[in-house]
Amino acid sequence: MKRRKFLKAAGAGVASTGLAGILATHRAPVFAQANTVHILRWNDFVPAADKVLREVFAPEVQKALGLKLNVETVNANDIPARATSAIQSGSGPDIIMLLNNLPHLYSSAAVDVSNLAGEIGKAGGGIYAPATQLNTVGGKWVSLPWSLVPALIAYRKSWFDEVGVKTFPKTWTEYHDCGKKLKAAKHPIGQTLGNTFGDAPTFTYPLLWSFGGQEVDPKGKVVLDSKETVESLRFMTQFWKDAHDEGGLAWDDSNNNRAFLSGDISASLNGASIYVAALNGADKFKTEKGAPLHTDILHAPLPAGPKGAHAYHTAFNHMVMKYSKNAKGATEFLTWAHKKENYEKWFVVQKGFATGPTREWENHAMWNQDPVMLPFKTAPQAQSRLMGFAGQPDKKAAEAWNKYVVTVMYAQACSGKMKPEEACKWAAGELGKIYT
Amino acid sequence: MVVAGGAAGAARPAERMRISGMKRLLESEKVLAITLLTPGVVILVLFIAYPFVMALWYSLTSIRVGDPGHFVGLTNFAKAWNDTVFQLAFRNTVFYTFWATIFKLALGMWLALLLNRSFRFKRIVRASMLLPFIIPTVLSAFAWRWMFDPTFSVMNWVLFHMGIITDRLPFLSNGDWAMWCAVVVNTWRGMPFFAITLLAGLQTISPDLHEAAALDGASAWHRFWHVTWPLLLPVTLVVVVFSVIQTFSDFQLIYVLTGGGPANTTHLVATYAYQVGVASGLLGEGAALSLFMFPVLFAVVWFQLRYLKRMEAH
Repeated sequence: MKRRKFLKAAGAGVASTGLAGILATHRAPVFAQANTVHILRWNDFVPAADKVLREVFAPEVQKALGLKLNVETVNANDIPARATSAIQSGSGPDIIMLLNNLPHLYSSAAVDVSNLAGEIGKAGGGIYAPATQLNTVGGKWVSLPWSLVPALIAYRKSWFDEVGVKTFPKTWTEYHDCGKKLKAAKHPIGQTLGNTFGDAPTFTYPLLWSFGGQEVDPKGKVVLDSKETVESLRFMTQFWKDAHDEGGLAWDDSNNNRAFLSGDISASLNGASIYVAALNGADKFKTEKGAPLHTDILHAPLPAGPKGAHAYHTAFNHMVMKYSKNAKGATEFLTWAHKKENYEKWFVVQKGFATGPTREWENHAMWNQDPVMLPFKTAPQAQSRLMGFAGQPDKKAAEAWNKYVVTVMYAQACSGKMKPEEACKWAAGELGKIYT
Repeated sequence: MVVAGGAAGAARPAERMRISGMKRLLESEKVLAITLLTPGVVILVLFIAYPFVMALWYSLTSIRVGDPGHFVGLTNFAKAWNDTVFQLAFRNTVFYTFWATIFKLALGMWLALLLNRSFRFKRIVRASMLLPFIIPTVLSAFAWRWMFDPTFSVMNWVLFHMGIITDRLPFLSNGDWAMWCAVVVNTWRGMPFFAITLLAGLQTISPDLHEAAALDGASAWHRFWHVTWPLLLPVTLVVVVFSVIQTFSDFQLIYVLTGGGPANTTHLVATYAYQVGVASGLLGEGAALSLFMFPVLFAVVWFQLRYLKRMEAH
């Protein structure tokens, strides 16, 4: 081939796939098409699960759907800020993982995934009712429930035995008495009351409910300022002083894990990440007698108050963003990821830290492997209330949670900054500004 | 060759004419000024004026994430004014700025005076002093957070093992302690900037003045107070203005160190505006909160620059 002929042929080739080609066909060349799906998630407290996404899901979805999966993980506390900036700028991740009722806050930026939610529910024996409330706005599914991280109290069996408590306390009063003895024995209870997304609200909301307090009535009128709420604050203030590690006021969601694993605290409301870390690091984490720490950990639900026992488990949902240039690819990925054979690969490495979005996952063989994890299996069924109770878990409830109103109310009373009555009034005032 | 040479030869006068035309144009002061100023103005408009105007507009609307909202006048400002957390955040910001600036100035001046002397390894010491200023704030704040950790604080560990304390000090779990911790970290980070700038100022002061004062019997303190300080005042004021602006609008340090906790007691205006505007998606309210910083900073800068101008006139 002569030089002139070669250049001509090459030029034609470039034109057909290059700028001229793009302009003529009004389509990007194949290699530049939006083939990538960018998913933003939290830094999983079970790091093996993020590894599955990157090292198993990514190559498999590339093979199955031709999609390049780009997994980005950040601190869960930073996700709302990322979502806001992505939505306002109209660019960012194609899928954003949103906690609890945040889908309500960002619903206007969501792709309708009702069809897919229907398929997932049908295939899995039904999506849990709370998950339906968290992910639907006006009857439309704005996001898909991915998992639920049940919050149960992880505690040191031997230390509870030492103070004469053979079975985990059933009521707050019993837990208070037990905690007093534990703190006296230099094994305080560890609980965060900091401005953080998970362990703090999963403790404070159920505590409020178990004393009969609630944020609003069914019509959305703020009713937080009540004798029940004040009673719960009085109880917690004394409980804090008598039984807790008071450093918890400055803890985030990871401090209690570190404190528990290092033997500084005897009990903490948590997902199963403490136990899973102890299990995976059996050589590293030991009791003072030299036994693997995980052999001394058990789990129990939050105790009951005068108005019963309650629980709040953190929900993890995926929203396909409306601004995404590859919303189709993002939906295809989620469809693929929710297929039983694929989801299972992620589910099993969680070892029970996260439960599935449907009842089907309660029957998985994984639950037979470790009896210590069994309380997590059916924990989602115990969740009957959501943030914003007795109203809806809507965007106002999400705003209140995002501003840590209920948690700060307890923190203010426990730190002595406010009297229980003042903290209650303050929080009711804050809610009043939100529910106007 | 002849043709090519001819073409080049014909191009040269045209090119020369173009260059001389441009030269003439640039010789006009007006054109030159516009040419030189344009890039700066474009950058200012794009990256400062536009965001500022947008923030102003947002603050007057009910915009929230995914919802453009509508004009609400000064409602967001009124809401912020009556917000107890904002009131606390504002007080915290003033407290934080005041004490951090005082400490940075005092310690920076002391360090600058020390470094202005001759000693061995002077250059190495001067360079290493800049480390806190060079390390990204997020990284250093994380390191400090570990040092103040409620459970694993190395400082508590040392004090406990030295027998000075029997119980842990609540560095970050008590609001007052946490605020002072933030002041300490800010001082640690900002002091080198003061020291280096004041050192540069010190080096412009003629040693003859000190010698003359010493010959007249002035003590070290008198030499500092009557010679060094007046001559260093213009530089000091400029550094203080910069520092006040940076400290008043600080975000990263508090965000990493305390996250505004415990119980919202360490929020600054910037961190609280972020929590409301960005994390909670209430963009209009967040913009109004952050704009409360503007008049304060404007007043500080105006007073200090006015004072500086008056001094220069004298």
